Amino acid sequence: MTEIATNTPVRIDSPSKRIAKQFIEDPVAVVGLILFGLVALIAIAAPWLAPQNPYDLAQLNIMDSSLPPGETSFDTEMTYWLGTDQQGRDMLSAIMYGLRISLLVATVSLALAITIGTIVGVFAAFFGGRLDSIIMRIVDLQLSFPAILIALILLALLGRGVDKVIMALVIVQWAYYARTVRSSAMVERSKDYIDAARCLGLPSRRIMFRHLLPNCVPPLIVVATVQIAQAIALEATLSFLGVGVPITEPSLGLLIANGYDYLLSGNYWISVFPGIALVVTIIAINLVGDRLRDVLNPRLQK
Amino acid sequence: MIVYLVRRLGQSLLALVAMAILVFIGVYFIGNPVDVLINPEATQADIIATTERLGLDKPLYQQFGIFVMNALQGDLGTSFVYGRPALDIILERLPATMELALVALLLSVGIGIPLGVWAGLRPYSIAGRSIMGGSLLGFSLPNFWQGMLLILIFAVILGWLPAGGRGETTEFLGLQVSFLTLDGLSHLILPAINLALFKMSLIIRLARANTREVCLQDYVKFARAKGLSGRRVVLVHVLKNIMIPVVTIIGLELGSMVAFAIVTETVFAWPGMGKLLIDSINLLDRPVIVAYLMLTVLIIVAINLLVDVIYSLLDPRIRLSEMNG
Repeated sequence: MTEIATNTPVRIDSPSKRIAKQFIEDPVAVVGLILFGLVALIAIAAPWLAPQNPYDLAQLNIMDSSLPPGETSFDTEMTYWLGTDQQGRDMLSAIMYGLRISLLVATVSLALAITIGTIVGVFAAFFGGRLDSIIMRIVDLQLSFPAILIALILLALLGRGVDKVIMALVIVQWAYYARTVRSSAMVERSKDYIDAARCLGLPSRRIMFRHLLPNCVPPLIVVATVQIAQAIALEATLSFLGVGVPITEPSLGLLIANGYDYLLSGNYWISVFPGIALVVTIIAINLVGDRLRDVLNPRLQK
Repeated sequence: MIVYLVRRLGQSLLALVAMAILVFIGVYFIGNPVDVLINPEATQADIIATTERLGLDKPLYQQFGIFVMNALQGDLGTSFVYGRPALDIILERLPATMELALVALLLSVGIGIPLGVWAGLRPYSIAGRSIMGGSLLGFSLPNFWQGMLLILIFAVILGWLPAGGRGETTEFLGLQVSFLTLDGLSHLILPAINLALFKMSLIIRLARANTREVCLQDYVKFARAKGLSGRRVVLVHVLKNIMIPVVTIIGLELGSMVAFAIVTETVFAWPGMGKLLIDSINLLDRPVIVAYLMLTVLIIVAINLLVDVIYSLLDPRIRLSEMNG
């Protein structure tokens, strides 16, 4: 109360500024964010950064097959810092391109799943009643089965392909978002500002998407960071099992699977390096997600 | 109580029917198995005869009708590849998967609870922090990659344990099991640890969080004030009270363990149902895929039902809230 009395203006940061400020207080989270930025940059710029195009067969040389890390190509000056696979492909380039596909699948499926889940969740919470209970029954039914089992059934149905993996991931993940958005929208729905908006005679659609939805975003962000790491891991697992992306567009998971056959003969680099790239990506996202969860949780606010 | 039971049973049946429809429709579109099975030089007549023999010429709804009627009698079709009833092939592989899942469950509970309680009692010690860091890794790293690292370290580099297969099995209660022979046991360790790691991380986090909560309760403070030894306080007062949520999770996770075994079995070439499923998907062996999925769904639904019913018996609040909801 003293602040009002003294009449000095109190500077209040915008919510996004406050969150950014709190986020950088944790050095581990900042490292995670930098790592993730690096990974994303490599994925986006892979065609320009990679020493060779791993899928242009003219650039591969079978004489260079299965070289350990650090060896030089037998005819060109090129050094294979992470070794080559059985076809003489530079693993560093293959990993960069693989990262591209892994992240593409994860982000596209994330965007689609969030969109579908949010719309369904807001509708369920806003209209309630029959619609709500039917939607939530479906969500509960789906969540009672392990995601990997559902994804396997779907890919057995759809066949291999980048678009099909994305579809399977969307179907597996929408339910998490629908449930998250619904539960926070249920809380927001009963607040005064929604009543006020109703009294102004605004149409339902406007209330749902302009008033209700923005207030459901923080929990959604937390779930999304957890889920994108899950999506990357699930895609890698499916591709490893041979039901995910096709051989022509290998993600990190498929690279690991290809190298797995050579693991026992001691050619560890073919599968270990793609594995490290995968793990670094997942850990970086988790570090960011952990910090975001703390920063966005209103109960932990001072 | 009866109302609750009937309702819960109805939900389980609904889940089964929904999955049966999904599985059937899904598997119907996998591709044409005739192309895969018959040799490329076969005549048109051979192709038609095979199609008819497999019942693939009938309309979709008729195939589904036949499928449901047969499934209720335990007949889930004949494998295209093995030429034997699909359910028999699956059931032959079931003991291997169950053995793996149960050993993994024992490991995750036996190691996870002590580590979680330890980390909960000393959350800021180095040990407590490393346990939590380890569980974060176990939680977030893909299962198949953990398995590969285990193989790389213990089989390829150190050469202590075999990289795959099931090893020597012996008869136990009419089933073939690995854990009674030294060779079988050495084959079992790595896959079991691999399958256990994820659940272990889950149990560690749960046990830690609950231990921290329980330690603040008055009855723990009172027990300490009474002068009981630290060991007795932890073993009796703390452990008993963290078990309720932990037991629920264990029950619910047992079902998903069977599904997660798909990955572990593929990595370690463990001859269970999961490896059979992946092989069958690659060979387009539809009846085996259907039989696997139906059996797994049945196992998961049955376990979920059982856990819910037991839990509602233990805690009346759950069935009351379900009945009102």
